[in-house]
Amino acid sequence: MRPLRLFRRSFEHGVHPAHHKSQTEDLEIQRVPFGKDYVMPLGQHIGVPSRPVVAEGEAVRRGQLIAEPGGFVSTALHSPVTGTIREIGNMRGVDGRFAPAIAIEADAFATQRVKPDPAMDWESLSLEEFIEAVQMAGIVGMGGAAFPSHVKLSVPDGTRIRHLLVNGAECEPYLTNDHRLMLERPEALLEGAEIVRRKLGAEETIIGVEANKPDAIEIISEHIRPGQPVRVVPLKVKYPQGAEKMMIKSVFGKEVPAGQLPRDVEVNVNNVGTIVAIADYFLRGMPLIERVVTVAGPGVTYPANLIVPLGTPVRDVVRFCGGLKGGTREIIMGGPMMGRPIASLDVPVLKGCSGVLVFTEEQTARRKEYPCIRCGRCLEACPYFLNPSRFARLARARMFDEMKAHHVFDCVECGCCTFACPSNIPIVQLIRTAKDDLTHRKEPEA
Amino acid sequence: MKKRDPDLLLFHAPLLRQGMTTPRAMRDVIYALLPATGAALWFFGLSAVLVIGSCIVGAVLAEVTFAKRETRGESLRDATAVLTGLLLGLTLPPGLPMWMAFLGGFVAISLGKVIWGGLGHNLFNPALLGRAFLLATFPIAMTTWAPAAGGFFDVPASNLALPFMQAQVDGVTSATPLGMMKFEQEVTPLANLVFGRTGGSLGETSGLLLLLGGIYLWLRRDLDWRIPVSIVLTVVIFSAALTLVDGERFPSPLFSLFSGGLMLGAIYMATDPVTSPVTPKGAWIFGIGVGVLVILIRVFGGLPEGVMYAILLMNAATPLIDRYTQPRVFGRGVDST
Repeated sequence: MRPLRLFRRSFEHGVHPAHHKSQTEDLEIQRVPFGKDYVMPLGQHIGVPSRPVVAEGEAVRRGQLIAEPGGFVSTALHSPVTGTIREIGNMRGVDGRFAPAIAIEADAFATQRVKPDPAMDWESLSLEEFIEAVQMAGIVGMGGAAFPSHVKLSVPDGTRIRHLLVNGAECEPYLTNDHRLMLERPEALLEGAEIVRRKLGAEETIIGVEANKPDAIEIISEHIRPGQPVRVVPLKVKYPQGAEKMMIKSVFGKEVPAGQLPRDVEVNVNNVGTIVAIADYFLRGMPLIERVVTVAGPGVTYPANLIVPLGTPVRDVVRFCGGLKGGTREIIMGGPMMGRPIASLDVPVLKGCSGVLVFTEEQTARRKEYPCIRCGRCLEACPYFLNPSRFARLARARMFDEMKAHHVFDCVECGCCTFACPSNIPIVQLIRTAKDDLTHRKEPEA
Repeated sequence: MKKRDPDLLLFHAPLLRQGMTTPRAMRDVIYALLPATGAALWFFGLSAVLVIGSCIVGAVLAEVTFAKRETRGESLRDATAVLTGLLLGLTLPPGLPMWMAFLGGFVAISLGKVIWGGLGHNLFNPALLGRAFLLATFPIAMTTWAPAAGGFFDVPASNLALPFMQAQVDGVTSATPLGMMKFEQEVTPLANLVFGRTGGSLGETSGLLLLLGGIYLWLRRDLDWRIPVSIVLTVVIFSAALTLVDGERFPSPLFSLFSGGLMLGAIYMATDPVTSPVTPKGAWIFGIGVGVLVILIRVFGGLPEGVMYAILLMNAATPLIDRYTQPRVFGRGVDST
């Protein structure tokens, strides 16, 4: 059944979690004071890890290049603080594994003022130079995936981008970092969007915002200069509205074919944070060394929207927010639907970290699992029209190849199925296990 | 500021849930059946309590008896045993001996659910399986319809019959509307059908109250509306077509709709999530199949009522239907099963 498009544009299926955004949506973005220890993992983006270009003991300025891209699908890293390189080696990352990283000790007496590079004459850059500049600025997708932006912007010959879609949906509950960014820096957003649009040769910029942020829609609309080809499109409040293929469906009514990319339907999608980062680099010379993070959830004393230098330990961020309340049981990096749990307060804030959410016993209470009663709620939730209940059953039987045949790799792990399941079956978690097994298992030697 | 860090769990996202749980959904169905159960008490008095109560006791006892020792009693919390007993009770004739009702409940859970592996694994609707067992074993008692009670405490003697003793069938037996239609070509007035002033099983008499419960379940998103809607539409269209052929011989659509167990079956039994297709398209096919089979059995078969067998037959077809009705995956062509 095709639902009638009564009010707002949307995709089909999906779920409606409570927003939980009132905790932070009215709080202005503040700056976290500088601390002492910073850790920049070399592999904090999707793709090849970066290669360090500094040595232990070397003094670095804030904003100075400390690692260069390790390949095409890789990006540069810059020092988030002025200080000295303490160590280059394996350090514990967000997922608990040891991974190469650069540890920097901040100079307690430094002003931490960036001496920015002068603004670039971006208009005279060729597309290749522009893409290389984005890579050297260390810019990645700021919505959570941390996919290097220059890769996304590189369009193969013969493909045309007609629409630049700026993703301001922020459909994850609790998170308000994109919302605040749109409210407080609409000029930067529009400048960045103009740069990207012109460089891609797109006809139009469309900024998609969920309708629960009317103030953002209004402010951005007010800042659009007459004649500027920008439209703000209010979208239905529904999770996962911010998944790029869903947003394309909502805005253009087009399905991106499975296994293909938005560019195959002439669209390029970027998060608002990414667009602002691009503006900050080309107009103000600031590489990606900090980002906006929402600190919220029932376990945090003073929720806030913060500008956090990358590499700041979560401990420092939480301390700035008044510490943790008693009963804290889980900290999620990112949103509550797709974020990742962290095992220690010492892990650093990364480029893809949109939120630090602190949950207590209430949210993490053990939920009794019941057998699947085949109610079909997961099928009605899955925005990709997959059959999650079958995936769960197959995953439990370790029939991973069968899952592959049923397109398990079309799943984006949005978590709608687990959210909707009345039997508390960890469906998306089982799917992740299966995908992990399929991706990493060793094929027997032929 | 040397406080111990909290012990952090590593539960993987999503951390949020929509709030509906399986036991709650099952309890919702019980609540939805309360008006119809009340009507059964109103029309049939204490004998309704005895029959339905015996079914529930039998069902619960089977659930407890066949549970693993370590988890005995735990599976009762999902309320499915009580629900199965209640549903079965509502499909039985009011004068049925209590021991038969008890046995039906016991068989419904043991052969209808436990033997398959418990909740979620059975192919057939347990309550209907229990009823099919009773109909096969005690055909006379199962087709003897005691008339509505005079007073609340007037219990037909047959209710209290001892096991395996031939109960004296009460002098007067009243026929069901479907029986009268089939064997005597006598039509019951529609108003009686809608409000339940007819002979028949305990819970099938009041179409209106059953519909009320169905609306509650639909509002709570506990039932797949496609199934009752497709059953009802199929029955109406099919019987309307038959009426056009021969209005004398075939029952009218509204009669087909409100007589017998159609409402009870369409709203509460065909929609059992475990035994009906999980895919939206499958739900339509399932409902249409049930509707067609109901009319075929009622009109051309040897039995006056066909809802039970129609649903059980479509239960058997459910895995097949699911296999061929997988939704089209986003961004893929049509043939992506």
